[in-house]
Amino acid sequence: MDGNASAPRFPLPSEIADAPGAEGWRSMYPYFTRFQPDDDKRFWFYNSMHFPEPMPAFDTITAEVPYSAIGANTARVFVFPTTLGIEHRIVNGRVYITANPVTDPDEIGRRAAVFGERAGYYYENWDTLYQGWKMRIKGLIDEITSITVPELPEFDDAAVVTESRGVAQNHYVRENFHRCIDLFSVMWHHHTEFLMLGYGAYVVFFQFCKQAFPEISDQAVARMVAGIDVIMYRPDDELRGLARLAVETGVDDLFTEGCSPPAVLAALAERGEGGQRWLSAFERARDPWFNVSTGDGFYHHHRSWADDLTVPFAALPRYVAQVRDGMLADRPTEALRAERDRIASSYRDLLGSDEEKAAFDQMLGLCRVVFPYVEDHKFYCEHWFTSQFFARIREFGALLARSGVLAEAEDVFQLHHTEVDQALSDVMLAWAAGAPPVGASHFRPIVAERKRILEALRGWSPPPALGPVPEALNDPAVHMLWGVTQQTIEAWLRPAEGEVRGVGASSGVVEGPARVLTDVNQIGEVRDGEILVCPVTAPSWAPVFGKIRAAVSDIGGSMSHAAIVAREYGMPAVVGTGDATKRISTGQRVRVDGDRGIVQVIA
Amino acid sequence: MTQLFTCWTAEVGAADAARAGGKAAALGELARAGLPVPRGFVITTAAFLLHMDGVDPDGAARGALVALAADDLAGIARAAAGLRARVVGQALPPEVAAEIAPACAALGDGPVAVRSSATLEDSAEASFAGLQDTYLAVRGTGAVLDRVRACWASLYNDESIAYRRRQGTGEDGLAMGVVVQPMLDPRSAGVMFTRSPVTGDRSVVAIEGTWGLGSALVGGEVTPDSFTVSKVTGEITGRRVGVKLRVHSFTPNGQGISATPMPFALRRSACLSDDEARALAQTGRQVEDHYGAPQDIEWALLGDGPCHPALHADLADRIVLLQSRPETVWAARDRAPIASQQVKASDHVLARFRRAL
Repeated sequence: MDGNASAPRFPLPSEIADAPGAEGWRSMYPYFTRFQPDDDKRFWFYNSMHFPEPMPAFDTITAEVPYSAIGANTARVFVFPTTLGIEHRIVNGRVYITANPVTDPDEIGRRAAVFGERAGYYYENWDTLYQGWKMRIKGLIDEITSITVPELPEFDDAAVVTESRGVAQNHYVRENFHRCIDLFSVMWHHHTEFLMLGYGAYVVFFQFCKQAFPEISDQAVARMVAGIDVIMYRPDDELRGLARLAVETGVDDLFTEGCSPPAVLAALAERGEGGQRWLSAFERARDPWFNVSTGDGFYHHHRSWADDLTVPFAALPRYVAQVRDGMLADRPTEALRAERDRIASSYRDLLGSDEEKAAFDQMLGLCRVVFPYVEDHKFYCEHWFTSQFFARIREFGALLARSGVLAEAEDVFQLHHTEVDQALSDVMLAWAAGAPPVGASHFRPIVAERKRILEALRGWSPPPALGPVPEALNDPAVHMLWGVTQQTIEAWLRPAEGEVRGVGASSGVVEGPARVLTDVNQIGEVRDGEILVCPVTAPSWAPVFGKIRAAVSDIGGSMSHAAIVAREYGMPAVVGTGDATKRISTGQRVRVDGDRGIVQVIA
Repeated sequence: MTQLFTCWTAEVGAADAARAGGKAAALGELARAGLPVPRGFVITTAAFLLHMDGVDPDGAARGALVALAADDLAGIARAAAGLRARVVGQALPPEVAAEIAPACAALGDGPVAVRSSATLEDSAEASFAGLQDTYLAVRGTGAVLDRVRACWASLYNDESIAYRRRQGTGEDGLAMGVVVQPMLDPRSAGVMFTRSPVTGDRSVVAIEGTWGLGSALVGGEVTPDSFTVSKVTGEITGRRVGVKLRVHSFTPNGQGISATPMPFALRRSACLSDDEARALAQTGRQVEDHYGAPQDIEWALLGDGPCHPALHADLADRIVLLQSRPETVWAARDRAPIASQQVKASDHVLARFRRAL
């Protein structure tokens, strides 16, 4: 701060007042997430990329566990020279973070020696290690999928006696719940095992390109590296295949705009061999490819396709119509590969010397080695595993609802996981004692109050950052994972009127009417030629990209789903705007500049 | 039509700078490469030399210029004014005039541009940009004959001579060709560099343009629109619309061009669509590929408007190139390699993380 009273600055954490009507928010979150007096001395920014909404109490686990894992990997396991971990705080339901840099040169040197050995080992053995990683992650997914919630019948299973197991079912209520939490933690440790190294290789190539070609766009660099056989496209590919099969087997008449999934499935069962063929293909596609969250895997209410078939069934009628008209094309993978290679070799040819060309080849080669992880890990971790994780927690919620502690299963997400632990203890004790649990009078008012608080918190506009403006922002994690740079901070300090700024993720400029959607279930409302404005996109949004002219999202970076898909469709995209869905309304005419990352409201 | 003193532009090429001058040689080279340049003819340096035999038979006046110091501006001005007056005052050799008249007739009776083409200009080492004169919207053969001598005289502009003295270039063998082309009435025109003039980035084409004739931009009378287009992806990575307060155009029946206030509706509107900018960049890239080095190009865009009916449906056919010369500023700068080969690819990353980002 320069001491000039009129210079724009961010509020200090201690200056943030409670959102009106939400004064009790602190009781929802653990003590270690509260801002401390000393935190006023540090710079914090709102992690709108991952946490665009107020946090329900249970969902804070998607901050607590990832930060525990990523910090462990950067600070303690791989010993990154210039960064430790990330601290997070919650205020008015919003997650703010800061990174802990290492600045002492001696300390950096000491860490660099360890880092070189450890990171070098991973880079050199990347393919083998990544294959092992996929095996382990699939093992974790199998395990989280197979966890059961004891039913607590009147009499326990006879096998407890005949096999002399010696342990009654109520014990497994806690053990299995703990196992869910433990598996979530193990998954996040694996998630962050490759994360910084993967993005690191990309950032080094990115910075080289920016130095060699100062005016190259971020997306041109991304296109040189982009994978073609990316798992993220698979759920949408499966839907296209199902649409083709519907036409082929003559059951396509069932897929009409607004059709109800249970009604369609029931009708298919009556349609003889064709219906059976479609249903068995549907079952094969559904597991695992419908395990895609409608969000980014950080909130329990971002349900998966598997949970809620209305999303895939909203896309099917359009694909079926395209098949009938002979208009449904597959992704042109060969053309995409050829274009990627053309772009890379064109830039390579423009380099000044053979030395630089050799370095370019090495860096790009390494990026392509690490990119399968960078592009695919989200499907395994945030989508597949996390969809299953929330489904299991929901089943524990159902147990609490059956036992009368909660009014409904979904209410479990209003409790912190340590509170769920207590509620489950209550149920275990009650079953053992032959008495009703006492939790209803304790937890039901808490749940009701928290739902009210969450609603009140939605009305609060979080400042993009808190605390003193840093002189330099050097942390590689902040830079790579959140794209926050000195320029970002400048833009936060001086917001422009009538203009929404974000990351230019796919180039081009178009104008058109905006269609603001807050939920993927609304994708049926999108009309051809509209500009999609949404909180975030995930693979489940893929069907909409065939209709729209441009995409704008509240959250996401240049490697986010919206960015990758928009580049492939060749349409402009601006991501990571923070609040486009709040500042733009459906029907407004907007101009999307995907080169500069600006969305203007024209009329 | 190759004759002693004139030939068609397309009949010369890059090797003909001595016979046709730099600009004509470059235009001919572009035409031979299949790039869009206006047709036209060249009055060769032989015509200039014959004329100068009459003006300065023993070469004494020209030889005297070599003795002048680059910073002796008063001396240069005195010597130059005398020489120029003699170049313009001397009657054109009749055999030269006899070739120019039918060539003009072959171009039609519309206005033409009469452009200097000195033997030294537009070389890879030095551009000599803008030091010699060009006359736009010249009407009638008589006026053309006058402007040809004016072009020749402009080889002895004060700044031209001073520039040659600074460069240490002699006067021997120095000559001037002249290019005569039908005058274009472009909707938009400007310049482009096939590398960024700001950063030297070779992966982009930087375009500047304005409505109407490009002379308003070259002369610094407007703040042009600027576009930066990626050569590789066609993305437009920079777009700034200037405030263009004047427009250059030629009146249908008068000599020369006039500068008038830009219509309000056009002042803050972009003189190129994105597609047009991309098509220009593509043409610029073809020129660069032909020469194998970054180029500094003057362009015009025809048609597409109520006053400028499209002559061709295809956008690429509306582009015309008026000049191309090697880019000289960044070409002269050496840059240390940004990175070099490491033992292992991952060494690049490890090295990067050892310092703060």
